[in-house]
Amino acid sequence: MAEENKQGAQTDAASDATGKSTTAATTMGTETPAASGTPSNAVNAEQITALLRAAQPDSIVEVIQAFGEVTLIVPREHIVEICDYLKHTPKLEFNFLADLCGADRGVEEEPRFEVNYHLFSTKHFHRLRLKVLLNEDDPLVPTVTGIWKTANWHERETFDLFGVVFEGHPDLRRILLPDEWQGHALRKDFPLRGYEPYSIN
Amino acid sequence: MSVSTQNLPPQFEVIDQPLDTQMTISMGPQHPSTHGVLRLELVLDGEMIVKATPDIGYLHTGMEKLFEYKKYQQGIVITDRMDYLNPLGNNLAYVMAVEKLLGLEIPERAQVIRVLMCELQRIASHLVWLGTHALDLGAMTVFFYCFREREKILNLIEACSGGRLTPSYFRIGGIMMDLPGGFERRVKQFTDNFPPALAEFNTLLTGNTIFQSRTKGVGYISPEDAIDWGISGPSLRGSGIGLDIRRANPYTGYETYDFDVPVEQDGDVWARYMVRMREMTESLKIVRQAAARLKPGPVKADAPKVVLPEREAMKTHMDALIHHFLIVAEGFSVPKGEVYHAIEASKGELGVYVKSDGGAKPNRVHFRAPSFVNLSALPIMVEGEMIADVVAVIGSIDIVLGEIDR
Repeated sequence: MAEENKQGAQTDAASDATGKSTTAATTMGTETPAASGTPSNAVNAEQITALLRAAQPDSIVEVIQAFGEVTLIVPREHIVEICDYLKHTPKLEFNFLADLCGADRGVEEEPRFEVNYHLFSTKHFHRLRLKVLLNEDDPLVPTVTGIWKTANWHERETFDLFGVVFEGHPDLRRILLPDEWQGHALRKDFPLRGYEPYSIN
Repeated sequence: MSVSTQNLPPQFEVIDQPLDTQMTISMGPQHPSTHGVLRLELVLDGEMIVKATPDIGYLHTGMEKLFEYKKYQQGIVITDRMDYLNPLGNNLAYVMAVEKLLGLEIPERAQVIRVLMCELQRIASHLVWLGTHALDLGAMTVFFYCFREREKILNLIEACSGGRLTPSYFRIGGIMMDLPGGFERRVKQFTDNFPPALAEFNTLLTGNTIFQSRTKGVGYISPEDAIDWGISGPSLRGSGIGLDIRRANPYTGYETYDFDVPVEQDGDVWARYMVRMREMTESLKIVRQAAARLKPGPVKADAPKVVLPEREAMKTHMDALIHHFLIVAEGFSVPKGEVYHAIEASKGELGVYVKSDGGAKPNRVHFRAPSFVNLSALPIMVEGEMIADVVAVIGSIDIVLGEIDR
């Protein structure tokens, strides 16, 4: 399975998707947009890094290609402009933020936290992961709610469970746990059963 | 009441007016139409909704944390409990993400069975949606009819996995065990009997003018807003965007099945209703095709370090016994890395992010729950509507609080 995906990543996902779109239009009626893609869901890594580096020279720290997926590690200062660029550039058009989630790399790790942005294009059906690395003593990252409104709840969840603060978020408060909860439950140093039994009074 | 009446002319009566012009009410968490424990804070102007704020977390059980303390194969049973109306879809998303990390090749028969069971589960999930949606709008009969049909699907799921609501049927590297004898016949019986039942639902609701006037033009969301708010699945297709992950990023061989993706243009509750009703027919088509494709063959990948051996082999072969012991006692190590795998669940895009540090337990598992994202757009749909329409809109986005709160 991983083999398939690696091969798929080499081909241009966008051109394949448009090539198949004619068959989809006939099966689904003329007025509906094409909804056919390829199993290769990763974006062309060379193309996207070239485009991004041309637009913003220091926008990419590292490019990782693994398991048929492309990950770009980006500095947090540029995350908003990179997302804006990826959303509005023709051929890329990442107009759908599929997911945003945090992760704790470990208590001893530095940088300790990461925020993953899973981008998807409803036109070209390709996917891309952006990753921002954050230090424990300064877990701040600018919000992307201005680009995709769906980031609102995802960022609240990440704030709630990891304590990552999204600067400029319109309504940054806990979403899953009670407002008066102490600590951030998905951090590695938070015990599985919590510190003490919790009850809502 | 301590209002001074001294300076008022005697003909005036003083009334305390707590209902000034706007009123804030709390809907839920015990409200029956919120499908679980969702609380909505509604600001009303008369009967019109000025502002709606969903409040979630009442069912939060820290499942994502629990994954980090369980071996990869133990995580499958946790996924059952997220979207409890579509457990096989959750199983599939999770095992496929882990299989992507392991680079496993899944045998043809296992893939066909996965498609077959997932589409049956999709119909079952849509039946619960239909029954409860109609119940919320005051049509009680549909609820019983839907649960009668759903029962037949649950019986099929029970026959092959032993569980009705929490089957855990898909395993990393294949499925738990092969289908029981006579299963194809039972599936055929179901696929033959379901179209008349579906016609019955259409007779009860689709042509019903009361149902139409409760749903048409209510809870509108534009295609641009829908994408911006990350809505997926039938709710997105009700806004005229024909996005289906089974087509966009096919998995488990969906590209080889012949089915249509129903799309409606109106973006209201009625459009989302029509999309799901038509989807059940399409799922039935896939079930028929998958059942016709069932050919004898292995249902587990050839990976002795990951897949449990057959019971008989475990009792008679030394190496099989060792593998069995190691998988159960220590688990299997998964290569270091991270994947995001998305499938088209009955509610929308169900994505699983799995991050491995090379050990037998995942470092991080995150579920992109479609209900969670779809619910976040609820304020857009209900603001400006009447309070009675809130239940119609909640029903139309088909949420399950189990996967919202996780």
